[in-house]
Amino acid sequence: MWEYTEKLKEHFFNPRNVGEIKNPDGVGEVGSLACGDALKLTFKLDENGKICDAKFKTFGCASAIATSSVLTEMIKGLTIDEAARITNKDIADYLGGLPEQKMHCSVMGREALEAAIENYRTGGRKKRELEGKVVCTCFGVTEKEIERVITENDLTTVEQVTNYCKAGGGCGGCKGEIEKIIEKIQGDKAKAVAASVPPKAGKLTNIKKIQLIQQTINEQIRPALRAHGGNIELIDVEANKVIVAFRGMCAQCRLAEYTMKDVVEAKLREFVSDELFVEEDRDSTQQPHNHRG
Amino acid sequence: MKTIYFDNNATTKVAEEVLEEMKPYFCELYGNPSSMHTFGGQIGAKIRNAREQIAALLGCEPSEIIFTAGGTESDNTAIMGTLAAAPNKRKIITTRVEHPAVLVVCRELENRGYTVVELGVDKQGRLNLAELENQIDDDDTALVTIMYANNETGVVFPIQEIAEIVTGKGVVFHTDAVQPIGKIPLNLSKSNIDLLSLSGHKLHAPKGVGALYVKKGTRLSPFMLGGHQEGERRAGTENVPGIIGLGKACELAAKNIEEENQRVKSLRDKLETALLEKCPGSRLNGDKENRLPNTSNISFEYIEGEAILLMLDRYGICASSGSACTSGSLEPSHVLRAMGVPFTAAHGSIRFSLSRYNTEEEVDYTIEKMPEIVNKLRKLSPFVAK
Repeated sequence: MWEYTEKLKEHFFNPRNVGEIKNPDGVGEVGSLACGDALKLTFKLDENGKICDAKFKTFGCASAIATSSVLTEMIKGLTIDEAARITNKDIADYLGGLPEQKMHCSVMGREALEAAIENYRTGGRKKRELEGKVVCTCFGVTEKEIERVITENDLTTVEQVTNYCKAGGGCGGCKGEIEKIIEKIQGDKAKAVAASVPPKAGKLTNIKKIQLIQQTINEQIRPALRAHGGNIELIDVEANKVIVAFRGMCAQCRLAEYTMKDVVEAKLREFVSDELFVEEDRDSTQQPHNHRG
Repeated sequence: MKTIYFDNNATTKVAEEVLEEMKPYFCELYGNPSSMHTFGGQIGAKIRNAREQIAALLGCEPSEIIFTAGGTESDNTAIMGTLAAAPNKRKIITTRVEHPAVLVVCRELENRGYTVVELGVDKQGRLNLAELENQIDDDDTALVTIMYANNETGVVFPIQEIAEIVTGKGVVFHTDAVQPIGKIPLNLSKSNIDLLSLSGHKLHAPKGVGALYVKKGTRLSPFMLGGHQEGERRAGTENVPGIIGLGKACELAAKNIEEENQRVKSLRDKLETALLEKCPGSRLNGDKENRLPNTSNISFEYIEGEAILLMLDRYGICASSGSACTSGSLEPSHVLRAMGVPFTAAHGSIRFSLSRYNTEEEVDYTIEKMPEIVNKLRKLSPFVAK
């Protein structure tokens, strides 16, 4: 059970400003049913350019609902510029804190507010669109957004990033990439935390090399394949030739040879050794799951 | 406020009779059964008695029971112990809807180089037995592990038939039977099941005790090392009060199995029928016919499970949900996703699981409160038209 503050519970059981403003000056929509939470925020300005009314509709858990409710209270009476300065931390603080795993609710609130302000300023983009490179494909989180939560909340671990913006919380295939973004921003601060990315070693013994290949497949490759109904199996390693078999959806994919092999090879070269190359084991793929040996 | 406990698939109340039976083993009969003195040694006979009580419920020999610390340990022991006893075989077959105590173990083994096949289920949560048969190649498959009944939906698999298929090909068959024990009658002496896990706290015994049935002749390496207990099959000083409690709970379960299937089932059916009727946009998850008598998993579309649970909690009603938010993960239940339940419904799924301690008043009270909660949350949802 989550430890919610009294203030959060109060806003969940008695949410303020529920609904949609007719003819609003700004509309912001974020989230989706698939993600498990979604928020539609509308606001109206008075003659002095201050937000005089704000309403919300939210699909989501107690903290998503309470976060939306306090957000509407927080922005009333503010000018657009003042509202634009609200961070996810301000929202969480207003509630007296949120459980770590629920911090993404406060980020969703800030994102909805941003989208609504942008809609007011430019007249477009009611729905938040993805800008730049998408890092987490499960939840559609971009590099830019990940960088922002890291900077604004001083995050140093992948787990924290997942708590704040969901990135890495699906198949987990992007965790290595998130770790690199953290390192880029936080530098030494991030290095103090144990890394899950296997260190790329200089000279490898055969035993160590096979272990690293298996670890890289387990942590960097399989999660993403599994999320799409596929799988990969390490069949054998002969010198620098890594023999793998693709399973499930991957095995039937006609693109497998061109894409999967390249993806796997790139990851293995990145994490294990530049000299590795990948070969697909056709025999075993044609007879799924018939492991040789 | 009175607590209405509809979360019996998570854990159950310890039966008063069970507690009474356990009490002397804390401060009076606290000896170690391995000791040479009479004070400790006499406990051995009590453990033997508990073993007989469990064997009676399962329809097996007392010597085929190993006591463990619970369902998770039983599952780990069955899987790891079977693989260790067959080091040349590298393949495991399981399903996508297993409890994590099985599924996570299998996925870890995959990381260690085993081939793991996870069988899918259809929209009702049912397995395709022909697919299972095709997947077993007797020379490389070490183990098939398939749960007896699903903890989330209550869907019961045709385990006797599955056991026949699997063992017919000479492969070891394990089933996690943590949920159905005490609800579905068993006679393991007439079954092909090789290994079966059960947990005490799901059948009104305390937490921290369970058992693994190992059919005579099944090859199993010990999982816990460092002691001669349980015939060298499970090291560690016996959890004596827990074992005594589990024995008593099994004796009670044998007596109450009829009530579970009649009174508890009729309460469940009343609750389920009324909720599906009174709450628009709700749907039942799982095969309605082949189901545990106490479990109902209902999705309330376009609203989220954790929010529903907190509102129920205010009325003292305890249930659980397959939504992402309740588990701390970000994705909804793997069981509902394997069944292809759409996201609109998976996030709003609620499991009610009853026991013989539930009453009709509790069911009526829940039927009265639930529509109000659903309506309140629907009003907040951006996906519901006015």
